Amino acid sequence: MTTDEIIEQVNEIFVEVLENQAIRINRETTAADVPEWDSLNHIMLVVEIEKKFKIRFSSGEVGGFRNVGEMCEAIRAKMQA
Amino acid sequence: MTDFTTIKKNLKKDYSSFKGVKLALLGDSATQLFRIALRGCAFEDKIDLDIFEADYDQIERMIFDTASELYAFNPDFVVIFQSTRKLKHRFYKLEKGGADHFAEIHLDFVQEAFTTLNAHLRSKIIYLNFNELDDREFGNYANKIAISFLYQLRKINFELMTFAQRHPGFFICDLSYLVTQTGSQNATDEKFYVDVDLHFTPDFFVVVAGNILDIVNAAIGRMTKCVVLDLDNTVWGGIIGDDGMERIQIGDYQLGKAFLQLQNLAKQLKERGIILAVCSKNTDSIAREPFEKHPQMVLRLDDIAVFVANWENKVDNIKYIREVLDIGFDSMVFLDDNPFERDMVRTHIPEITVPELPADPALYLDFLRNENLFETVSFSEEDRTRTVLYQVEADRQKFKRTFTDEGSYLLGLEMECDVEPISSFTLPRVAQLTQRSNQFNLRTMRYSEDDLKKMIDSGRFFTLTFTLRDKFGDHGLISAIILEDKGDGALFIDTWIMSCRVLKRNVENFVLNEILELARENHFRSIIGEYIPTPKNGLVKSLLKDLGFVSRGSGWYLDTGLEISQAQYIKKTIYDNGRNN
Repeated sequence: MTTDEIIEQVNEIFVEVLENQAIRINRETTAADVPEWDSLNHIMLVVEIEKKFKIRFSSGEVGGFRNVGEMCEAIRAKMQA
Repeated sequence: MTDFTTIKKNLKKDYSSFKGVKLALLGDSATQLFRIALRGCAFEDKIDLDIFEADYDQIERMIFDTASELYAFNPDFVVIFQSTRKLKHRFYKLEKGGADHFAEIHLDFVQEAFTTLNAHLRSKIIYLNFNELDDREFGNYANKIAISFLYQLRKINFELMTFAQRHPGFFICDLSYLVTQTGSQNATDEKFYVDVDLHFTPDFFVVVAGNILDIVNAAIGRMTKCVVLDLDNTVWGGIIGDDGMERIQIGDYQLGKAFLQLQNLAKQLKERGIILAVCSKNTDSIAREPFEKHPQMVLRLDDIAVFVANWENKVDNIKYIREVLDIGFDSMVFLDDNPFERDMVRTHIPEITVPELPADPALYLDFLRNENLFETVSFSEEDRTRTVLYQVEADRQKFKRTFTDEGSYLLGLEMECDVEPISSFTLPRVAQLTQRSNQFNLRTMRYSEDDLKKMIDSGRFFTLTFTLRDKFGDHGLISAIILEDKGDGALFIDTWIMSCRVLKRNVENFVLNEILELARENHFRSIIGEYIPTPKNGLVKSLLKDLGFVSRGSGWYLDTGLEISQAQYIKKTIYDNGRNN
């Protein structure tokens, strides 16, 4: 799966968890760009992404990604591992 | 299991038609997700849960500063969540030599917290016990040594149960059981603990919240009173009409074990006061045969209060069972292996609980454990004998048909009634009646044993309990009255509840006479009654009017000087003046 394909699937999770149909994320998106993306919802996003891609983030990663691109690169790397 | 994301969506829904309940949540770790899970789960239970979430790690301040927001909020329930990890931190910080007293020190804190809360609030306390966690510094030897954390943790959990037994207003949410059942791997996520001090996974918070709401539901009178059982492939394996008694599966062998487990559960439920009924599509005599003759059957005919086996549809049969038992559909659970029957019952009787039993009978029990359908907040001696009461009621119904007029039937019953104030023996039963009774209940005041004790000790209240017998047997304690001295010669009926089993027995008139007698002896000039309508107590809407009370403003008044026609069907056997001290 390419990073762009992953972003597409992660977008579905954002729409579902943040309960906002209008959300469109890309590589550069950060929490500051999405009003609903607060620290609580971030945990939910992590949980749902882990379930969907059957991966586990590590402790530093949960709060450490600078943007959606970095997060989805990490997902891709974990899926290949 | 419903996941957190799904439950969270409930928060945007309309709760406005639901019953309001106030709950305070105190935790020593991050509780935001816990709060959302509680509010979301409450929607499923039709409760508008108003939650006060204390600031992070403020349990002590909230409780011991009686000017805190907690007391201003005045909750119905206080949930206290102290996490095992924080407990372990405290354990590791102990002075040398203090480890073997750790459990005592913790229980002292619980005692002090409970006493303080109880002195200032009427809330019920729900305390989460501790999930097992051990760093294995002693390995399995931790079991053999009192200074190990594991030993102290298990001791705390055990002592909490002892504490809860002594304090009726203190309930335990069995987190330890829930983590075991869910699995520690699913319940916890180390990275969330490390990063944001979140001690459980979001999905597991839904499990815990669901269990807390089970306790809340039971405490507000919503609990299971009856289980209706299908027979073929539910209570035993196979079809009795086709396979015959020799070939149905029940007992210690293979799939028979799955059904044996279910029967054992049903038997235990009956022992603890839940009524069992049978609803089966079968020929009656064939359906009864295993109950009478099969050597491996755990359930016998005398375990079943109402046995319905015929070829009518199950909806009508369940309606009939409800009528005989005189309970609400919402207090009934229907167990049936057949998805078609389940769906039909669910569609026509939406209030009844119909668990979606798994297709494999081997999974029945595990599924039912997770559903936690039989939560309760009390248990009394009377619960053990409830089935007999209902069976005797069926005999009375037959006897009644031999009379043409009501009066001679009532006389023929040879009723006798003990009239006494609440005693230490009857206190649990009265508390239970206030919690369970929905129909014959004038004001639906719910009281715990503690509440009642406080009211009695205040000296402002008079109480009466009524214990009825007739020629067929004991009814037990069937009615309770709580009267409040309002000053100026007025006596207010705070609570008038009666078991629906004894409706149409003239008991109401008998009770009123006793209230009048008590009022006169204590020089009250008037009795004031009030009816607070609920969706369920329409039965007593005109009770006061029918008994001769006169409406004045918002209340109903009865002059104690008036003579009321005597109830001549019930003989009084004990009298006390109702003062409790």
